[in-house]
Amino acid sequence: MAFENRVDVEHPVHDIRTEAIKFFEEKGFPTKKDEAWKYTSLKTLLKNDYSVFPKEESALEFKDVKKYFIHDIDSYKIVFIDGIYSSHLSQTSHEGLDVCLMSSALSKPKYQLIIENYFNKIAKTDDSLTSLNTAFSREGAFINIPKGKVVDKPIQIIHLATGKESSIMLQPRSLVVVGENAHVQIIERHQSLTDNPVLTNAVTEIFTHKRGIVDYYKIQNDNPNASLIDNTYISQQQNSHASVHTFSFGGKITRNNLQFVHKGEHINSTLKGITITEDKQHVDHSTLVHHATPNCESHQDYKGIYSDSSTGVFNGRIIVEKEAQKTNGFQQSNNILIDDKATINAKPQLEIFADDVKCSHGCTIGQLDEEALFYLQSRGIPKKEARALLMYAFANNVLESVKIPEVKTRINKLIAMKLGVKVGFDL
Amino acid sequence: MLKIENLHASIDDKEILRGINLEVKPGEVHAIMGPNGSGKSTLSSVIAGNEDFEVTDGKISFLEEDIAELAPEERAHKGIFLSFQYPVEIPGVSVTNFMKTAINESRRAQGLEDMPANEMLKKIREKSELLEIDRKFLSRSLNQGFSGGEKKRNEIFQMAMLEPKLAILDETDSGLDIDALRIVSDGVNRLKSKDNAVVVITHYQRLLEYIVPDYVHVLLNGRIVKSGGKELALELEEKGYDWIKQEVAV
Ligand SMILES: Nc1ncnc2c1ncn2[C@@H]1O[C@H](COP(=O)(O)OP(=O)(O)OP(=O)(O)O)[C@@H](O)[C@H]1O
Ligand SMILES: [Mg+2]
Repeated sequence: MAFENRVDVEHPVHDIRTEAIKFFEEKGFPTKKDEAWKYTSLKTLLKNDYSVFPKEESALEFKDVKKYFIHDIDSYKIVFIDGIYSSHLSQTSHEGLDVCLMSSALSKPKYQLIIENYFNKIAKTDDSLTSLNTAFSREGAFINIPKGKVVDKPIQIIHLATGKESSIMLQPRSLVVVGENAHVQIIERHQSLTDNPVLTNAVTEIFTHKRGIVDYYKIQNDNPNASLIDNTYISQQQNSHASVHTFSFGGKITRNNLQFVHKGEHINSTLKGITITEDKQHVDHSTLVHHATPNCESHQDYKGIYSDSSTGVFNGRIIVEKEAQKTNGFQQSNNILIDDKATINAKPQLEIFADDVKCSHGCTIGQLDEEALFYLQSRGIPKKEARALLMYAFANNVLESVKIPEVKTRINKLIAMKLGVKVGFDL
Repeated sequence: MLKIENLHASIDDKEILRGINLEVKPGEVHAIMGPNGSGKSTLSSVIAGNEDFEVTDGKISFLEEDIAELAPEERAHKGIFLSFQYPVEIPGVSVTNFMKTAINESRRAQGLEDMPANEMLKKIREKSELLEIDRKFLSRSLNQGFSGGEKKRNEIFQMAMLEPKLAILDETDSGLDIDALRIVSDGVNRLKSKDNAVVVITHYQRLLEYIVPDYVHVLLNGRIVKSGGKELALELEEKGYDWIKQEVAV
C-alpha cells in the first residue's frame, strides 16, 4: 500500500505528522506478534489495495441515507462522504460552541491555541495505527464546547462510504474539547453504502474539563466488508463524567481501542458495550482505564452474544497508580456463545499499585439457559423470540444507561433486526 | 381433551415414564399423586413439550390431535399450560413485559392483532387483583428473588392471563402459606369451567379440599398404578404409599 506524501510544510502540526510518519514507517501495521493484537489479525484486510483519497467528490441525498442517522431528534450533524465533508448533509454551528471540521480548526488562526494545546496530546504516539492516522488524516469532526455550555441537542458524526472506489481507506481524526461544567452528547456512526471493502482507521481525542460531562455513543452496524479500527482517547479533569457506549453489531473486523486517563480527583468514567455478532465477524474491545489520581471511579460493563463462527475479544485493562488511593474500578464482561464454533477471548488485566482501592472484575462465558427457554416457550413465546428475549434481558442493563431515548429505541430495533425477530417488548 | 396412551419417555437413556395411560375430558379435575421421583414432573414436562425428554413410545393427543411433534409454544397456543414446580428466574424481563409478549405471541400465532395496550393493562389489573398480587411485583424481573410462595402465585397469575384449556399444576401448593393456598385455589376454581380441565399434582390432601378432583391417580415408578375418586387421596394421606407398592408387587 502506498501513501502519497501530501503533508503541507506550512502546517502547524507539521512536526507532529513528520514524527508520526517516521514512527509508522518503522513499526508498520500491527501483527499477531504484538501482544495487544494477539487475537485480532489485520492480515486479510491489508491485502486490499485501498485508495486513500477519493478521486471524485460524491453527493448524497439525505433521504437516501436518513436511516443511518438518529433522525427523529433535532441534532447537529457533521457528515463525511468518503472522508470528505458534506456541507449538504451537515448542520454545523459556531454559535456559542464550535461544531465543525478538523480541517478548519487546523487552518484557522483562531483555533491555533486549541490545536496546540490538544491536538495529539493524548493519542498514543507509540501506536502505529494512531500514528498512521496522525500522519495522513485530512478531516474529521472538531467540537469545542466552551465553559458552562450545556449543548441543547446531540451531535451526530456520520461517516459514509459510497463504494465508488473499489476499496477505500478512511482516516478520520476528531477532537472534542468539553469546557468546565459543559455538557455534550455525541453519536457516531461509520456506514458503508455498498459491499466494497472499507477500512477505517479513526482517531478521536476527547478532553473533559472540570465537572464537564460527555456522553458518547458509537453505533457500529456496518456492512460485512467494512472494517473499523476505532481509537478513542479520553482525558478527564476533576469531577468530570465521561461515558462511552459502543454497540457493535456489524462490520467485518472491528477493533475498539478505548482509553481513559484521569487528571484530577472524583472523576467518573463509564465504558459500556453490547456486541452481537454472526457469520465470521470479529469484534475486539481493548479498553484501558488509567487511574492516576485518588478518589475516582470507573465502570466497565460489556455484554457479548456471539453466533456462528464469529469471534470476540475483550481485553480490559485497569491501571491504578500508587497515588490513586480510594479508586473504585469495576469491570465486567459477560458473554454468551450461541454456537460451538463461536469464540471469545476475554482477558482482564488489573495492575494495581495502590493499597486502598476497590477493584473487581468478572468475566463469564456461557450459553443461553435452556431451562429458561423452555419456560418462555411453554408460555407461548416461540423459540426464536424466546432466545431474543433472553438475549435482550442479558444485554439490557447496558441499554439502561443510554440517556437519549431515541438512541435507546434505535438500538432496540437494531438488536431485534440483528436477532431476526419482531419483538414488541421494551425491557 | 387430553389423551395419553402407553407413553414412554426417557432422559439420557434412562426410562422415567414407563407406559402412562391417562384421559382428561373437558370440565374434569384430575389429581396425580405419588412418591418423590416417581415421574410426575416428567409427565407434565413431556405434555408441555420439553425436548430434554425423549418420547420413545406411545401417543399424546390434545383436542383429538397428535401433539408429539409440536414445539412447546405450539402446545401453549393450543391451550396447554404448565405451572412449574420450580419456576425459572429470568433476570431482566419484567412480569408485565413477559406477559405482554406471551399473550401477543399467542395472538399472532392465531392470526390476531396485538392486544391493545389499555385492554392488556385492564386484564393485568383484573387478574392480579384476583390473585391478590401486589402491583410492585409486576415490574420486577420475572421470578427473580421471589419467595417460593410468590413464585407459585405468579404461576397462577400467568395461568389466569393466558386462560388455557388444560392447566397442569405441578405442586403449586408447596411453598404456599395457608392464606395463599386459599387465594390460589380460589383463583383456579374461578377459572374453571365445563370447557376446560385441570390436572393437579400434589403431595397433600389439603389442596384437594379446595380444588376438588373428579379422579385421583397414583403414579409410581413411571406408571399410573391406581386410580380412584377423591377418597383415594384421603386414603393415601392416611396410609402412605407402601400398601400400593405392595399391591403392585403382587
Ligand atoms: N433432567 C434429568 N436428568 C436426569 N434425571 C432426571 C431428570 N429429570 C428427572 N430425572 C429423574 O427422573 C425421575 C423422576 O423425576 P420427576 O421430577 O419427574 O419426579 P416427581 O415425581 O416430580 O418427584 P417430586 O415429587 O420430588 O417432585 C427422578 O428419578 C429424577 O431424578
Ligand atoms: Mg415433581
